[in-house]
Amino acid sequence: MSRVHVDVHHLTRVEGHGNIVVDVRNGVLEKCELQVVETPRFFEPMVRGRTYKEIPHIVSRICGICSVGHSTASLRAIETALGVELSEQTILLRRLNMHGEMLDSHVLHAYMLIAPDLLGVQSVVPLAKSQPEVVLRALRMKKLAGEICRVISGRHTHPIAMTVGGFTHTPSERDLLYLRKLLLDARADVEATVDLFASLELPAFERETEYIASHKDDEYCYIDGVIASSEGHTWPAKAYRSVTNEYLVPHSTAKRARNLRDSYMVGALARFNVNFEQLHPVAKAAAAKLGMKPPVVNPYMITVAQVVEIVHCVEDAIELVDELLLRGVKWEEPVEPPHQSGQGVGVCDVPRGILFHDYTIEDGIMTAANCIIPTGQNLQNTELDMRALVPKIVDRPQPEITLALEMLVRAYDPCISCSTHLLDVEFKE
Amino acid sequence: MTTRPRPKVAFFDFTSCEGCQLTVVDLLQDHPELLDAVEIVEFREAMSEKLPLDERYVIAFVEGSCTRQSDEARLKSIRERADLLIALGACADLGGVNAIRNPFPLQEVREYVYGEKADWYETYPARPISAVVKVDAAIPGCPIDRDEFARAVTHLLQGRMPNLPDYPLCIECKSRGTVCMYQRGQACLGPVTRAGCGAVCPAYGYGCEGCRGFVPSPNLESMREVMREAGVSDEEIESRLRIFLTYQMMELEGATS
Repeated sequence: MSRVHVDVHHLTRVEGHGNIVVDVRNGVLEKCELQVVETPRFFEPMVRGRTYKEIPHIVSRICGICSVGHSTASLRAIETALGVELSEQTILLRRLNMHGEMLDSHVLHAYMLIAPDLLGVQSVVPLAKSQPEVVLRALRMKKLAGEICRVISGRHTHPIAMTVGGFTHTPSERDLLYLRKLLLDARADVEATVDLFASLELPAFERETEYIASHKDDEYCYIDGVIASSEGHTWPAKAYRSVTNEYLVPHSTAKRARNLRDSYMVGALARFNVNFEQLHPVAKAAAAKLGMKPPVVNPYMITVAQVVEIVHCVEDAIELVDELLLRGVKWEEPVEPPHQSGQGVGVCDVPRGILFHDYTIEDGIMTAANCIIPTGQNLQNTELDMRALVPKIVDRPQPEITLALEMLVRAYDPCISCSTHLLDVEFKE
Repeated sequence: MTTRPRPKVAFFDFTSCEGCQLTVVDLLQDHPELLDAVEIVEFREAMSEKLPLDERYVIAFVEGSCTRQSDEARLKSIRERADLLIALGACADLGGVNAIRNPFPLQEVREYVYGEKADWYETYPARPISAVVKVDAAIPGCPIDRDEFARAVTHLLQGRMPNLPDYPLCIECKSRGTVCMYQRGQACLGPVTRAGCGAVCPAYGYGCEGCRGFVPSPNLESMREVMREAGVSDEEIESRLRIFLTYQMMELEGATS
């Protein structure tokens, strides 16, 4: 009897705790699971009974990597619920802040979590010895990302100055000129990043699926927008439950999702496939250099789509800073909500994909919350990829099979500690 | 030339957002020399390497709260293998935001998230790691302050304990010239919160949320009085005291077991 058994306990170089378990007996795939074993966090029940003003700072703590994304989705849910109209300046500053987070997260993932696999080392530590220029470049780009967030909202991990209706602090002209210089200087590093990933070979594996991202016709969308599917449909944000259709499985503390197919993908590659037209021209040129033309259906290419987004975010951030400098940033009191009760959905496309926060507020107090996190939406798609991949590689030596599966899961950039904060939808057996 | 063996340092995480470990990664942008001073032997979020089971950690940094019985064994085994165990950030140090759910009935909280499948998911009231194992020192904050972390590591490598300020945040607002939040009629826990972050939240227009924990002997009553005079409502004051400090407030009220 032939048996291939893969058991990766606490997969490394991902955010949060997950296991991969695969069992093949006599050529039959008997078990193929991505288990989420992170402790449950219970953010949704926790925020009930509190004033809405405290919520963006609390839910920021769902995730250290995408805290700007969670804060922004939370603010948009509250502002939608309470009818707050934002100023142009607030919208520009929030977009710039989100670009900072996108850059930080993508650089961390592409360079520190993925590149070691492609360059044949165990982590970024030996890489720092063998190819210090690669690691130093990554650290410089992360520093740029961190500085954008620090200037706009006080710090990257758990932003301070973003508040309901606007900001509690605004950057000075000098701050913006400083960012502009950092961004212009970063262009050389961005170009080197494109060259590096154009030279690396990613595993060839294709599986078509449904791709879902937030969408606007006139902007490569990270905040607000409609929910768009590669199958050609769109839905308003408030209809998110009819897209995510969450359900639970016993081997995971994270909920799963499916829409028009058995599973769907969210994140950089989904955005690339759905919103290619809206990418900055320089990012489109980088995509061509990286050999990417939508639709790209190889999940290992998620990382390369992140590289395309790194280009987009740097170029778009330069334009946002220029627009802010041209308009002149002035102190604005945060907009007071016109009413204190309502229900609202906030949607953001954060580094790992589309994120929903749905709040109900009564007389200024939170009474219900639902958050649907990108990694949860990707889990079923990841597992179906694993099921499709295993038969293709089952004849290889065991360490190679394990590495291919680890790399597949890592490609999704799973943020497992986020994904366990999911909630109350009906259960499908 | 012989090189002295570098002290073995490891990072572990329990229930948290892993933002403190990310802050450590960010710190390397400015302090790459730390990698020469220590040998990082485990850091699951960033590395695949693991230390052989019969070897010891000189310093184990632990991020996150303990939130289920089954995590206690892992935490205790880290303690047994570590010369020094350091709580990294508010979740490990205080219980932090994880403890916000502690006043709610446990089963009700589980059912709110997981419905009739609630029993699939093990949990118990969130607690700081010092409620489970002996902790040698804490690096406070949500997230930790990266410069304070660098100083703390330097001290630990020199055989000293990290030297945390024992004065309140207000001192730092005064020294950087930030207008008092009370003058703006806003809630702020500065008078009872341990300094050391540079009072970054008030500097960016938001009152302190107490993520670094209480100063020794905090005078809560006097702070409440000053806040009321500034026009902050009782509800807002009590709510602010129960963001990062829920576990401590329940302890003060004798409600934790």
